[in-house]
Amino acid sequence: MTTATDVDKKKPLAGLSESGAYQKLLAFASLIVLLIGFSIASPNFMQTSNMIAILQATSVNGVLAVAATLIIITGGIDLSLGTLMTFCAVIAGVALTFLGMPLLLGVAAAIAAGALCGLCSGTFVAKMKIPPFIATLGMMLILKGLSLVISGTRPIYFNDTPGFDQISRGSLIGEIFPNLPIPNGVLILFLVAIAASYILGRTVLGRYAFALGSNEEAVRLSGVNTDMWKMRIYALAGAICGIAGILIASRLNSAQPALGLGYELEAIAAVVIGGTSLSGGRGTILGTLIGALIMAVLTNGLRVLSVAQEWQTVVTGAIIILAVYADMARRKKAG
Amino acid sequence: MGGNMSKLVEMAGIEKFFPGVHALKSVQFDLEPGEVHALMGENGAGKSTLMKVLSGIYQRDEGGLKVEGREVSPTSPREAQDLGIGIIHQELSLMNDLTVAQNIFIGREPRKSFGRLDEAALNAQTADIFASMNLNLDPKALVGSLTIAKQQMVEIAKALSFRSKVLIMDEPTAALNDAEIAELFVIIRRLKAEGVGIVYISHKMDELKQISDRVTVMRDGEYVGTVGAADTPISQIIAMMVGREVKEEPLDPPNLDDAEVSLQVTGLSRDNEIHEVSFAMQKGEILGFAGLMGAGRTEVARAIFGADPKDGGEIRVHGKVVTIKSPSDAVKAGIGYLSEDRKHFGLATGMNVRDNIALASMDMFTGAGGVLDDSEISSTAKSYISQLGIRTPSDVQEVRLLSGGNQQKVVIAKWLLRDCDILIFDEPTRGIDVGAKSEIYKLLEDLAEQGKTIIVISSELPEIMRLSHRIAVMCEGRLTGILPGGRNTTQEDIMHLATQRAAAMQVTGTLQ
Repeated sequence: MTTATDVDKKKPLAGLSESGAYQKLLAFASLIVLLIGFSIASPNFMQTSNMIAILQATSVNGVLAVAATLIIITGGIDLSLGTLMTFCAVIAGVALTFLGMPLLLGVAAAIAAGALCGLCSGTFVAKMKIPPFIATLGMMLILKGLSLVISGTRPIYFNDTPGFDQISRGSLIGEIFPNLPIPNGVLILFLVAIAASYILGRTVLGRYAFALGSNEEAVRLSGVNTDMWKMRIYALAGAICGIAGILIASRLNSAQPALGLGYELEAIAAVVIGGTSLSGGRGTILGTLIGALIMAVLTNGLRVLSVAQEWQTVVTGAIIILAVYADMARRKKAG
Repeated sequence: MGGNMSKLVEMAGIEKFFPGVHALKSVQFDLEPGEVHALMGENGAGKSTLMKVLSGIYQRDEGGLKVEGREVSPTSPREAQDLGIGIIHQELSLMNDLTVAQNIFIGREPRKSFGRLDEAALNAQTADIFASMNLNLDPKALVGSLTIAKQQMVEIAKALSFRSKVLIMDEPTAALNDAEIAELFVIIRRLKAEGVGIVYISHKMDELKQISDRVTVMRDGEYVGTVGAADTPISQIIAMMVGREVKEEPLDPPNLDDAEVSLQVTGLSRDNEIHEVSFAMQKGEILGFAGLMGAGRTEVARAIFGADPKDGGEIRVHGKVVTIKSPSDAVKAGIGYLSEDRKHFGLATGMNVRDNIALASMDMFTGAGGVLDDSEISSTAKSYISQLGIRTPSDVQEVRLLSGGNQQKVVIAKWLLRDCDILIFDEPTRGIDVGAKSEIYKLLEDLAEQGKTIIVISSELPEIMRLSHRIAVMCEGRLTGILPGGRNTTQEDIMHLATQRAAAMQVTGTLQ
């Protein structure tokens, strides 16, 4: 009676990739349309240097969006991602410039700080049962304040740490293929995305992330220690924010303590455009990447066309509403 | 044709197609004024679809629909309402934070000048409706503070406020206890007397006998037949529904004399919900928990399982005291709980069958670095799918797409895989159709035979009597007695214990 086998073979990550497939296709198609549209509108758009600029611009927001995807799949939200990124950059600055630590140790300190802050958010949400929106709103302000306090409200430069700026700006790929000077920041984004995809699709942590977003109480009543898993997921997202902090600090060769606010919303926008459901239980990293790319292409393309920055923001907002509406219309039709 | 003129509703040759599904196949149905006409059939038989056609939620593809002799085609619930057709859905659609009166008149509130709301008129008109129903309810009470039964009365009042001549009730007693059902039936009889025609959808046979005049049975989207309720034996109606005879005989409890005591609960208490509940069970035993709604049966189950904190009490599993502070402690002790509300507490509905089966046992499939072995999950899930006869196209089907009975089996598989040997079933057949019910019963019996210790909580006495080796009866948070199962215990015996505490409390109350 059952036709289990043929459905089964279809794909190894079934259930994860399928759910957002249409939206991802839609998002992907929009990305292509945007690319074609801008190329026609401006000959400067489709140049290798501009493409690389787009990718470079995607890297930080993309990494943050990956972190946001993990949290949103559990049915949560994290408003502290942006200021956490800055906090981690400041920690890197303290470790490398103030304390003169070796490069790797400074990077590790930033990522550890991210994980620790994520764990704090996770504890507020899981153990203290504070709604994620409020808990991470508090965390957002705490981290913004701490970044300013620790840095003395001044940027921390990495001039004493040779090679730090190469983390984001250097190009390992360019050394091997001179025609393809893709910056390391982009490479790191893709590595983070692949790792996060693997964690979501293949590990218990990922499976529980989807399960929590699908029905947390049912998971708890299955004897799963939901609080602990949730804290782990927030900690992982925090660590990824640490990576984003390193990337942005490296790109600017400085930790800018006043930066960061607003990044969390752009990250969440990329996640939503990529088809991840804000109510949890559904979502993909690939979709998020496409979402982040769409936002970067839009910003870049509009700038190439000399559209005022104010209008770029308006367009981005409209795109978010459109993307979510398209997803809902699609689901209504299917469902 | 004169007789037809008096009919409230006449549906004939109704056809309804959904993409890929022929949902209604030439279905007929009619309703006289002052009649309760029961509509029966297993889940998926097409009852709800037919009623949605009548109430304007769906439009028929073919066939005739006459209301009071006039051909009509309502295209929205609002149009159906204007034709005098009201529907009370199984899941109540009231706003908990508004008052009773505000709920009844939502969307057509009486106004004063400048669009100000006229609360006084609102409450007065609501009071009038209640008076006409002979119902004692405060129009200003918040709906959320009412019992489910009272909320249902509010829904009925709301339907009547539209001057409905036809009232469709979809499983109105699903969440009611026996006293509340009696209360509902009083209202239904009063409406009948006033000439309202009632379409009554239910799975509960004994109720149909009590309340309905005629019974129409549907199966697989087709009309099977219409019979008189009084002169048709229940077994015949069930046979019409399932296409085969189903026997519902109480079983004779097996002899468990020397079986090990597997679960011992002593002095379990929690807030004001449970008081000093103590009982012991043997391996291979099915203990039924009977009682009225709110008697504390689910609370006992949740306290044993660690889903809610408890104030006191000791739990021994296989003779050893276990500390259970959370569900994960309970699962470690080998206790599994199957909630009455599968969608909210039992299943991750957005996930597939195999992940739900593995949900409590992910550690069994986790390798180095937390990596899951999906092929192992798949093959394990498939073995349970075939062992329990779960009807699903594959192990990666989303569970929300399965029928209630099959969803329940997925939850059972979850606990079997976790190797829990004490299983607590809370309303195991709620929302499950008749055919699948006997399958679940058989499964529970098989599990007991294999040495599982099984607690069954049920509000349906026939179910308790059908399954239980012994019957524990609760009333107002206390265990009022444990009766032997089998033929020697009657429903009256159980009801006596289920209401005993209330009587006792009243006596002490007057003494003080």
